[in-house]
Amino acid sequence: MNTLLRNYDPGNFYDELVISPGIPRPSAKLFFELLDSLPTGELERLQKAAETALYRMGVTFTVYNDGRGLEKIMPFDIIPRVVGAKEWRVVEEGLKQRITALNLFIDDVYGKQMILRDRVIPEDLVLSSTAYRPECRGIRVPGGIWCHVTGSDLIRDRSGEFFVLEDNLRCPSGISYVLENRHVLKRTFADSFATSRICSVDDYPLRLLESLESLAPHTDSPTVVLLSPGVYNSAYFEHSFLAQQMGIELVEPADLHVVDGLLTMRTTRGPRRVDVVYRRIDDDFLDPTVFRADSLLGVPGIMEVYRAGRVALANAPGTGIADDKAIYAWVPKMIDYYLKEDPILKNVPTWICSDPREREHVLSNLSTMVVKTTNDSGGYGMMIGPSASRAEQEMFRERILANPRHYIAQETLSLSRAPVLIGDHLEGRHVDLRPYIIYGKEIYVTPGGLTRVALKKDSLVVNSSQGGGSKDTWVLKD
Amino acid sequence: MLSRVADSIYWMSRSLERAENVARFIDVNLNLMLDSEVLEGAQWRPLIITSGDLALFEARYGEATKESVIRFLTFDTANPNSILSCVSSARENARSVREIISSEMWEQANRFYHLIREAAEGEAILRNPHAFYTSVKMESHLFDGITGTTLTRSEPWHFLRLGKMLERADKTSRILDVKYFFLLPSPDWVGSAIDGVQWAALLRSASAFEMYRKRHRRITPEKVANFLILDRFFPRSISFCLFVAQESLRAITGTPENQYRNVAEQRLGQLVARLNYSDIEEIMKEGLHEFIDALQLQLNRIDDAIHETFFAIPKVSGSAFPPQKNLGQ
Repeated sequence: MNTLLRNYDPGNFYDELVISPGIPRPSAKLFFELLDSLPTGELERLQKAAETALYRMGVTFTVYNDGRGLEKIMPFDIIPRVVGAKEWRVVEEGLKQRITALNLFIDDVYGKQMILRDRVIPEDLVLSSTAYRPECRGIRVPGGIWCHVTGSDLIRDRSGEFFVLEDNLRCPSGISYVLENRHVLKRTFADSFATSRICSVDDYPLRLLESLESLAPHTDSPTVVLLSPGVYNSAYFEHSFLAQQMGIELVEPADLHVVDGLLTMRTTRGPRRVDVVYRRIDDDFLDPTVFRADSLLGVPGIMEVYRAGRVALANAPGTGIADDKAIYAWVPKMIDYYLKEDPILKNVPTWICSDPREREHVLSNLSTMVVKTTNDSGGYGMMIGPSASRAEQEMFRERILANPRHYIAQETLSLSRAPVLIGDHLEGRHVDLRPYIIYGKEIYVTPGGLTRVALKKDSLVVNSSQGGGSKDTWVLKD
Repeated sequence: MLSRVADSIYWMSRSLERAENVARFIDVNLNLMLDSEVLEGAQWRPLIITSGDLALFEARYGEATKESVIRFLTFDTANPNSILSCVSSARENARSVREIISSEMWEQANRFYHLIREAAEGEAILRNPHAFYTSVKMESHLFDGITGTTLTRSEPWHFLRLGKMLERADKTSRILDVKYFFLLPSPDWVGSAIDGVQWAALLRSASAFEMYRKRHRRITPEKVANFLILDRFFPRSISFCLFVAQESLRAITGTPENQYRNVAEQRLGQLVARLNYSDIEEIMKEGLHEFIDALQLQLNRIDDAIHETFFAIPKVSGSAFPPQKNLGQ
């Protein structure tokens, strides 16, 4: 065995590559052998070449330092994470079940509110959420589908079982990294793709376009656009990438106007009607006449056109209610209520601070828990108990007491790890997994998704805004 | 296509052409210095005048020296027309239209930018400036070549070409104006002994030297002006550029030849007609400087009209669509 693999110590964690030092997991065996066959220094060379390719393709974000913009590529690790066909089937079925239930929940809370009337979920919890949009009450969406694109974050515990950490039903980002990472790895490990039978992810843009086009039943050739906040948005690369891959216009709010009750875009030949908007802009900034009046962004009047059924929006406004982290705790109950099924994928055990008994439990166990705000994303506003100082814990205790509805707490799970190339050797780093789910005529789950890596040693935070990187994810065919 | 996108493509193209021309000016001047006995400042100041940013330059650097002019025109981000400013704004424009242009074009815009930015951090350029400015020209040519072989000949292509051609016409006129003024301050000098080296340099900065030779052999000021303004076949002459610009403008609107449907077409058409029916004697009699001044004014007015016609379409208040039935969902 080469020194690279011989010296890799998985530690006391579930490791994605090996069972124990030198012994690969069955699904990763072929790739393990490939790694073993590389001469000394080859993996570093491949990593460099891949980074150069990403840099050249402009898969970069800008870091501002001393007032000067410095371009960096999204940190990327060359060693893929391999998931076997059998374990993947559980994830896929579990996510389909979960998204079906979440969509029924959204349709219900903006419709008859049966789940609230039957007292399955506390009414107050739903209606008090800042992500609940009373403006969407009574809207009938095409096909009853609200969440056309979802990204759910999964983690594995010490036993290797997958858990859902959170659901992202507003504008989940990251799929462009999945596609670009794959593009680069195909060039890097061409032989593996010939022999390993890896599920393709390349048809994502096509599937997304098909599902968007199906939202405009009144025309055979709908005009679909992607609405982006603009070039300074951190996900802009992804917006333009997806628009390019789907062959649709990338528009900014100022390109759109409501004319005669229709949504139009300004073109060099005058206004042109838009039928479907894949919006990558938050509810708050969609329409200043309906949501935030102080917002300078947005398209005044777009909600009225939407309510009249003359334009489709994906995701539908209001879906954020289903990724409020306090609502998350109730997803297993939703699955039971709407589908009469047991959840295939479990939640991470979660305590809701607005409940007095659960809050008590959280406050007396702060040092072992992860505390999160219910309505933030990107790894902001959270505290990881085991690594938090006394002072931080006290600060969160006060915050929780002052505004309990705003907080939840979760058990600190021992996240699985995967090897990452650090200098000339491998080190284990914690990972999660975000598959993307498209809800069109049927539900499609990308095989794999974005594996995010906490590049800082021992860190549990994988968000790119907090120094996280990514890996390609290989789901094997049967 | 979207107005905003058309605007970005037009400016992406103009900025790259501008960067290339700045590189041309500097490179030729560097060559000229090797042969010239003129005082250093006198050699470099006209370059700043050509770029049209004299006031900004003087405020920032004072005296014109080789180093200060090179820095100002190449890397100074406070100068919106420096090579670095142009290339980085072209790249930002390219980024905002990535879904319209080919990935190869985007990668080239990106590569071009990184090349300049990295050069800005080192001092290598002062050791071998010629190699650097040659590479700027080549990167720009590479972008043109990639564009020519990967971009569909539809609206984006025509906006791109329109921007490039108007910019090139403007730059050719500027360099002619400044050099002419310095080389031949008074019409009375026409016919007097001239500095062949200087005139050859003027042609070289427009990559026109060899092509001029094939057509006219002997270098005379009048023939040089004739070649750079009126030649129908040389791709950097003002006439040629405006003719091609007009072709693209018509392709965008679908207007038949010899007609116009908007102010941009009207103004460009008038200018092309003027050039088509001019000869160099007439221009020289009127005064070359006066002629070029008027030309640049017209180019600006054409640019304004393009902006008004295509990019800044005002909100429509009246009915743009026939009445719609309620489509429901």
